[in-house]
Amino acid sequence: MSEYLVNLKVNNIAVSVKEGTTILDASKKLNFNIPTLCNHPDLSVAGNCRVCVVEVKGARLLAASCATPVSEGMEVFTNSEKVRTARKHVIELLLSEHNADCTKCFKNGHCELQDLASEYRVGDHVFIDLVKSKDKILDISSPSISKDDSKCIRCQRCVRTCEELQSVSALAVVKKGDHQRISTFMNKPLDEVVCTNCGQCINRCPTGSLTERTYLDEVWNAINDPSKHVVVQTAPAVRIGLGEDLGYEPGERVTGKMVAALRHIGFDSVLDTDFTADLTIMEEGTELLTRLKRALVDGEKVALPMMTSCSPGWIKFQEHMFPDLLDNLSTCKSPQQMFGALVKTYYAKKKGIDPKNMVSVSIMPCTAKKFECGRPEMRDSGYQDVDYVLTTRELAMMVKQAGIDFMKLDDEKYDSIMGNSTGAAVIFGATGGVMEAALRTAYEIVTGREVPFTNLKIMPVRGFEGIKEAKVMIKDVKPEWAFLEGAELSVAIAHGLHNANELMKAVRAGTASYHFIEVMGCPGGCLGGGGQPIPTSPEIRQKRATAIYAEDEGLPLRKSHENPEVAQIYKDFLGEPLGHKSHDLLHTHYKERKRY
Amino acid sequence: MSNIETLVKDLVEKHGKSRNSLMPVLQGIVKEERFLSEESMIMVAKELDLSAAEVYGTASFYTFLDTEPRGKNIVRICKTISCHMKGKDEIIEALESSMKIKVGETSHDKKFTLLTANCLGWCHKGPVMLVNDVVFPEITPQKAIEVIQDYAKNSK
Ligand code: SF4
Ligand code: SF4
Ligand code: SF4
Ligand code: FES
Ligand code: FES
Repeated sequence: MSEYLVNLKVNNIAVSVKEGTTILDASKKLNFNIPTLCNHPDLSVAGNCRVCVVEVKGARLLAASCATPVSEGMEVFTNSEKVRTARKHVIELLLSEHNADCTKCFKNGHCELQDLASEYRVGDHVFIDLVKSKDKILDISSPSISKDDSKCIRCQRCVRTCEELQSVSALAVVKKGDHQRISTFMNKPLDEVVCTNCGQCINRCPTGSLTERTYLDEVWNAINDPSKHVVVQTAPAVRIGLGEDLGYEPGERVTGKMVAALRHIGFDSVLDTDFTADLTIMEEGTELLTRLKRALVDGEKVALPMMTSCSPGWIKFQEHMFPDLLDNLSTCKSPQQMFGALVKTYYAKKKGIDPKNMVSVSIMPCTAKKFECGRPEMRDSGYQDVDYVLTTRELAMMVKQAGIDFMKLDDEKYDSIMGNSTGAAVIFGATGGVMEAALRTAYEIVTGREVPFTNLKIMPVRGFEGIKEAKVMIKDVKPEWAFLEGAELSVAIAHGLHNANELMKAVRAGTASYHFIEVMGCPGGCLGGGGQPIPTSPEIRQKRATAIYAEDEGLPLRKSHENPEVAQIYKDFLGEPLGHKSHDLLHTHYKERKRY
Repeated sequence: MSNIETLVKDLVEKHGKSRNSLMPVLQGIVKEERFLSEESMIMVAKELDLSAAEVYGTASFYTFLDTEPRGKNIVRICKTISCHMKGKDEIIEALESSMKIKVGETSHDKKFTLLTANCLGWCHKGPVMLVNDVVFPEITPQKAIEVIQDYAKNSK
């Protein structure tokens, strides 16, 4: 886009913006809010809902401000009588086709359509009510995602999300006219198609049509059952997202308040997924070094580059789309599942709790983790390792249901054991974080020195560029790692499945020569996960990332191998990384799934 | 290779692998098979590197790209306003009773499927019947039955 400036007037106020700017963005610059439904800052322009119409002087018709670029001398009115009437009609027309039973809707109070109906005080319907039955048209085949066509306004944000951000295209617009729907291939249930359960479509759906499958009742029931010991773990990105649903601006760190709230709610043990994030680094780092040794010293054929396996949406994507590269995935379970397997074995034993009476709940920024916990491989403790997964959003609902005044809570600390963690674990929540954590530890194991980056901040792997690359020179190694002397470790990082797809195409074609690749299924990494507070945008994700790195810098320990509880579990229970016990409890395998 | 696989491969070879080929390839399949089976749409998705949902989305948009099994001959009666006023209901009734199928159904011998269509652009000569690609304007119930009987004789 050129730097050429265009002068226009919005509501009689002059403004100059870059050529190509939309009327919507130019108006925003002057703090004139224009409502939108189909438009989204992460997606291409669709211009199909018409709720963003404005009046342009001299034009016969109202213009969709999200889809109309400014032009020199343009005079725009964002709030004339004509505009307000048209917008109200657009909303009324949408509602005439909408199963508006807000009080029974999961999105009640968090719905863009409901907000507009409220703002425009839509009263009695002026248009014929076309909703034949007030029944939900539900697809709850997926353990992660609930899809209710009766709430869909066909804005197609989900379709664009799945295609543009995730390169999956599980959803498409099918049929036309009044038969038009958002659906899957041959209208199959979501769990029978290529959907990765990433939940990115949920984050962008303006209505209650796409939501997470909720397990709130199950978790409350477990808490209320005195015979159950309910354990909760919280993922790294929850602590920097949760505040947004409880009155804070994006980027607020609420770790201590969250721990306090979980205790108030009634969880018996409040533990941290960050502990197993540190453990993941020990296992995955060792796995990488072992693979490199087998390749370089023993001359074996091993699958390189090795790829991270923490993100279950990415794993399912790979199983569908790149089954030929499954051997490249680290065999490490995700931190959630490592945690689940350990909590019903190690933790239960240490605390003298019968695992039979344990209910293991995890709070995740992720919807794919709801699918992951039900995978048949995830029962290595002898029980289902993680029983229920709630999103960050669901936890916020629990906090409210429990009548907790969140902002007034005093900070509390996690229980021990399996509650201690390092800054390396916290940054798992941002794209590049697993890589940074792995490098901090692996480099030190091999050389005995800290990674050569100021204050442990490995800047080349940070940030939101789609695919990042970095090289680390390994010199003056310890004797046992002599084979790595002078080697240059080459790594790459992708976030969002669109970028992952591009990177995998290069790996498959043999044009990419990396040793280690980190992939997170969601844009920005877990901080932009499908279970995080809505709305999302590049700015919001940036604020969350800043919070994550601040949390890291604020912690006394910032390298996974320095976590004392990690040292303890190897001493008391696991033996050594990649040992027998680890193999049984912490590692897994993958299976090919149909692409079509 | 199954017949459908060969057909799809041939069509893709002819029209190219770009997304623009989707329509001509789908039309080519319908020409041979009368409808798009699940298998054929999956083949197309693979060959053109599209998601199956996208192929289905495109196919289901067009009335003339059927995704349900159809008979050898597809009979369509225009149901839009002009033809409606000129008596399309009588034509449909006559055909339903002579063909022993209802609109949307396919005959047991798989020779015919009876459907309705939106305006075919022959409003000035309604009511209009379309059999495969052939238009029969100003059709009467009697004529419609005769045309179908001719097709029945001529298609083995
Ligand atoms: S989707 Fe929104 S408007 Fe529709 S029922 Fe739910 S809350 Fe109400
Ligand atoms: S969950 Fe992800 S993969 Fe599934 S339909 Fe939504 S965006 Fe697509
Ligand atoms: S499911 Fe949601 S995002 Fe998708 S088209 Fe419907 S309303 Fe829009
Ligand atoms: S937001 Fe502009 S047309 Fe939908
Ligand atoms: S209304 Fe039947 S052809 Fe136009």
